[in-house]
Amino acid sequence: MQTTQSTEPFRVISGDGSVGNHQVALTDEQLVHCYRTMLTVRAFDDVCMKLQRSGRIGFSVPNKGVEACQVGAASALRQTDFFFPSYRDFGMALYHGVQPVEMMHNMFGNAKDSALGRQMPVHFSFVEPIKFFSISSPIGTHLPQAVGAARAFQMRGEDHVALVSFGDGGTSSLGFHSALNFAGVWKAPVIFLCQNNGWAISCPAEEQTASDGFAIKGQAYGVPGIKVDGNDVLAMHQAVSEAAERARRGEGPTLIEAVTYRMGGHSTSDDPSKYVPKEILDQWAEKDPVQRFQSFLKQKGLWSESLEADLTREATEGISAAAKEAEATGAPGLETIFSDVYAELPAHLRAQGEAAFDLARRKGSADAGDGAFPL
Amino acid sequence: MPTLTLIQAVNDGLKVAMRQDESVLVFGEDVGPKGGVFLATEGLTAEFGKERCFDTPLSEDGIVGTAIGMAANGLRPVCEIQFQDFIFPAFDQIVSEAAKLRYRSGGQYTAPMVIRTPYGGGIRGGLYHSQSGEAYFTHTAGLKVVIPSTPYDAKGLLLASIADPDPVLFMEPKALYRHLKADVPEGHYTVDLSTLRQVREGDDVTVFCYGSMVPVVEKAANKAAEQGIHCQVVDLRTLLPLDEQGVLEAARKTGRVVVVHEAPRFCGYGAEISAIIAENIIEYMEAPIRRVTGFDTPFPNTLEHHYLPDERRVLDAIEEVAKY
Repeated sequence: MQTTQSTEPFRVISGDGSVGNHQVALTDEQLVHCYRTMLTVRAFDDVCMKLQRSGRIGFSVPNKGVEACQVGAASALRQTDFFFPSYRDFGMALYHGVQPVEMMHNMFGNAKDSALGRQMPVHFSFVEPIKFFSISSPIGTHLPQAVGAARAFQMRGEDHVALVSFGDGGTSSLGFHSALNFAGVWKAPVIFLCQNNGWAISCPAEEQTASDGFAIKGQAYGVPGIKVDGNDVLAMHQAVSEAAERARRGEGPTLIEAVTYRMGGHSTSDDPSKYVPKEILDQWAEKDPVQRFQSFLKQKGLWSESLEADLTREATEGISAAAKEAEATGAPGLETIFSDVYAELPAHLRAQGEAAFDLARRKGSADAGDGAFPL
Repeated sequence: MPTLTLIQAVNDGLKVAMRQDESVLVFGEDVGPKGGVFLATEGLTAEFGKERCFDTPLSEDGIVGTAIGMAANGLRPVCEIQFQDFIFPAFDQIVSEAAKLRYRSGGQYTAPMVIRTPYGGGIRGGLYHSQSGEAYFTHTAGLKVVIPSTPYDAKGLLLASIADPDPVLFMEPKALYRHLKADVPEGHYTVDLSTLRQVREGDDVTVFCYGSMVPVVEKAANKAAEQGIHCQVVDLRTLLPLDEQGVLEAARKTGRVVVVHEAPRFCGYGAEISAIIAENIIEYMEAPIRRVTGFDTPFPNTLEHHYLPDERRVLDAIEEVAKY
């Protein structure tokens, strides 16, 4: 099993797109859907970058380079499984049918955003068609939560799994240690997906740990680890499928290190040219996961120029339309500052809300809010 | 009706909840066969099996973090942090995660869970087995903070907390665990959260307190009564969300207020009570509000009886406020 820095990651698709003797578990339709999702992630990134640079949204995180991790992992799981994503994982949601417009509502923080504009952009939360857990900014906190959710499945005798995704930086967090430790002891049906994309904002992976790679970190917790080529959709699919099968059989957690590379900045607020060596970026550009998957589809006879044109148009038009709709949707009402703090509005929040509305009536609103506090 | 100590009432409350709802489970350090270091969970593993009451690795972050995931996935976890002093590795999980989950997901995900933890001095526990950290948590929107002071309230508030749709930090005054026995009804009953308890009626001075300070204040009030100063004693019971109207009514009644807690004074819970009164009904006040609290120092071991507010200190404040 590939676990250490020095061993090559598990790979299915070679640089030229061939798969040798590997059995491809996904149907043709699923393969095309994987490709469609990767193109949609890229289109979403492009549109969000333009929206941010033109000042129409405040923030975004680019996914270029890590699309195969997201899509390959998502394709191995069922809609009844529970996803605990990081902020660079929304390809998983798209793969399972979350609509781009729902994501765009979050990017604009408008009244239709599932988080009602309370969070920064890219902090998605979805319950349909998959449980895509509300994203938090603190790093590593969602790892033990995924283990808890997995334990709930285990207790009810359900064969669902939890997948939790995080970066190389996340392995230094308290949550990583707690989660692997608890999951190992409980044999919880959880998959730890570490996307080693080379950088935690500007800290390189080699300064994150002195360990011989990240997959090996599972050993100390009794959690098997495997190092996978994160730019290879089919390798990701297979590794996550095997981890999911183990979990569903009651054999416990797996730690997957997906070796990939963040081809853009950490976020729109980051300038990676200050710290990412250009020659390394150029090397990784040749391993582009979308190109590699396209080469595979070509060899399999599933790709054509017209398919490329159709999927690209579909993705670009869909995202643009989503952005237009989200931008035209109004901001959440002032009362949403006070709702959802608790299931029921307590008296002190009612009083603070009424005071905010009263001020708006007397001194003019900070924006369009007026009238009576509706909660 | 059985008579129980406060800790027996907690134990009984846990059993009632677990019998009633199989999604309720109890876990933490040493809570399994041993029954917890204070025996709050005694007999639970025997009755409900180790699937529903079990020991965890020694990790507060792991305990609370996994509880959040369980709560978000249909269970009702009641986890224990062995001493409140050890809760800080879980601070991120409580403050950034459990308390904010409903808000940040627009109600799509919630964390209905209880974190039980013994707090406060009185057992010669020194710096790290004695602290009263409630103020760190009452500053946190989305969290509920509950502190009982009697066996009846301990069971009723615990059952209300377990049924509550939001995360509750349930702080148990360890000094009162075996302080006295009192009548506790069998079976299920609840005491509403965010309600005050009138411990004693009086027209001269209002004393607000909670948890371990309630019996101390009662004794001081008895002494004051011998001098003809009649105190109204109010047990706050739920610190967040607080029954502010109840506090204001009680303060207005006498116009003279003392607030008592074990925790340090600066930015302590008493500051909030004082501020609420000053902001809303200062014109009814006949005397400056006095706080009787722990010192703004770490918690000492050998001299803990000097650190903890006692009957003398509370009485002194009552007298001063009454005579002002």
